[in-house]
Amino acid sequence: MLLIECPWCGQREETEFRYGGQAHVDYPSAPAETGDTEWAEFLFYRDNPAGPFAERWMHAAGCRRWFNAVRDTRTNEFLGVYRIGEGQPA
Amino acid sequence: MAHTLPEHPAKLWRNPEPKRSYDVVIIGGGGHGLATAYYLASEHGIRNIAVLEKGWLAGGNMARNTTIIRSNYLWDESAAIYEHALKLWERWPDELDYDFLFSQRGVLNLAHSLQDVRDSVRRVSANKLNGVDAEWVDPDEVAKICPILNTSHDTRYPVLGATWQPRAGIAKHDHVAWALARRCDQLGVDLVQNCEVTGFLKDGDRVVGVQTERGPIRAGRVGMAAAGYSSVLAEAAGFRLPVQSHPLQALVSELLEPVHPTVVMSNHVHVYVSQAHKGELVLGAGIDAYNSYTQRGSVHTIEHQMAAAIELFPIFASAHVLRTWGGIVDVCPDASPIIGPSPLEGLFVNCGWGTGGFKATPGVGSVFAHTIAMGKAHPLAEPYGLERFTTGALIDEHGAAGVAH
Ligand SMILES: Cc1cc2nc3c(=O)[nH]c(=O)nc-3n(C[C@H](O)[C@H](O)[C@H](O)COP(=O)(O)OP(=O)(O)OC[C@H]3O[C@@H](n4cnc5c(N)ncnc54)[C@H](O)[C@@H]3O)c2cc1C
Ligand SMILES: [Zn+2]
Repeated sequence: MLLIECPWCGQREETEFRYGGQAHVDYPSAPAETGDTEWAEFLFYRDNPAGPFAERWMHAAGCRRWFNAVRDTRTNEFLGVYRIGEGQPA
Repeated sequence: MAHTLPEHPAKLWRNPEPKRSYDVVIIGGGGHGLATAYYLASEHGIRNIAVLEKGWLAGGNMARNTTIIRSNYLWDESAAIYEHALKLWERWPDELDYDFLFSQRGVLNLAHSLQDVRDSVRRVSANKLNGVDAEWVDPDEVAKICPILNTSHDTRYPVLGATWQPRAGIAKHDHVAWALARRCDQLGVDLVQNCEVTGFLKDGDRVVGVQTERGPIRAGRVGMAAAGYSSVLAEAAGFRLPVQSHPLQALVSELLEPVHPTVVMSNHVHVYVSQAHKGELVLGAGIDAYNSYTQRGSVHTIEHQMAAAIELFPIFASAHVLRTWGGIVDVCPDASPIIGPSPLEGLFVNCGWGTGGFKATPGVGSVFAHTIAMGKAHPLAEPYGLERFTTGALIDEHGAAGVAH
């Protein structure tokens, strides 16, 4: 079980959270001009690194707010959490 | 009293040093890599082949899966490839001359809601049209097939019926790997363990070999069969794959008397259970939600599947968990695999089998070998190319993949 730090509520057990996959994936800025290849990227392609990964979590059984985290997918160690709108920690 | 140790069994394969060049290099010595090498050598006359494995042979998902074999998928493309695989399974014990305990004990996919019933009946009809053995069975028939299953109406999610595929079953996965490894070795294939591929040798946009922890190895063609690590390899080659790597866990109980005659899967209460030949109950369910390369998941996922199993099989309440483990599965957005050419010439991809690729092992071997040998997709693999994510021609098997496997 992962222990996850919600930036508002502090450390809570993984069962309180919902996972949201890769963070910082922007909706195409000009949808009408976006081609099939770019739509495919937006809809179906996500990074899948073995290493630090910026991802989204939602504190479903707590404050119900989304936030971002950087976690090393080789160890599951959380390297940092940050609120939506805040930049990714270095 | 002096005991003599039993004879060490004859080695099933050599442990060769990698050569500097091969006609074909396969990355990944799991079931898919081995089966591909087997068909390249036996059906396409290519003998100068290496299978490069970063760990020990078949120590990835091939060692970790729960061995369910079936072909009752919804769409034509899926029925075609999974049924092709099932027919090959039926031949393999003789063909490979190895009794790997392939047991066609059937699979029940339970329905617990009206929507489940509709989807299941539809899937049975689709299966029949595709020549896949399938039946819709009502709760009384379910109880006859599997008497230990709780089919009473007095439960939270009563069993409203099930799909039944009699030719489905299980096999002993490690023996399957050994059968393939022995045959590959006999055909002259080099099975090279402890040889991680770390990059690709390129000539422009053409892949002409691989970089490994044991030096560069040139290759006429390269096939990727690296399951959970496919994205990492694709990144090294310079392209992206639409897959995400997740932990998938399973567990076994202690050895019990034979009580469970078939395989039971339930998408709705989310668990599946069979009983291995030795006697342990084998349970699995869904992936852990987050991406991970750790080969382990969270314990609440295990608790959840045990709770579901006891709901369906009250008799299992007094069984114990002997062992839990995890693998890394590469999941595609449409729960169907990717097989075909890559964006780079000379490099071919087989990945995205996620939670359900063991059953496909012979089918993958046959179509991926063809794809590599001919330089273009086997007809059964054509719908599974990377283009489908751009054209939108997805093969959505979330229903049949369900609790997966
Ligand atoms: C718990 C669990 C239960 C499952 N249950 C079922 C089931 O009941 N039925 C079913 O059909 N499927 C099931 N599956 C899925 C199935 O196991 C996989 O889809 C299938 O095994 C994938 O093909 P493979 O055997 O070639 O994979 P693997 O055995 O994982 O082979 C890939 C190999 O590539 C190697 N590799 C990776 N990167 C490199 C590199 N850079 N260089 C060299 N080698 C590399 C790995 O070490 C590994 O040995 C299950 C999976 C898990 C984890
Ligand atoms: Zn919170």
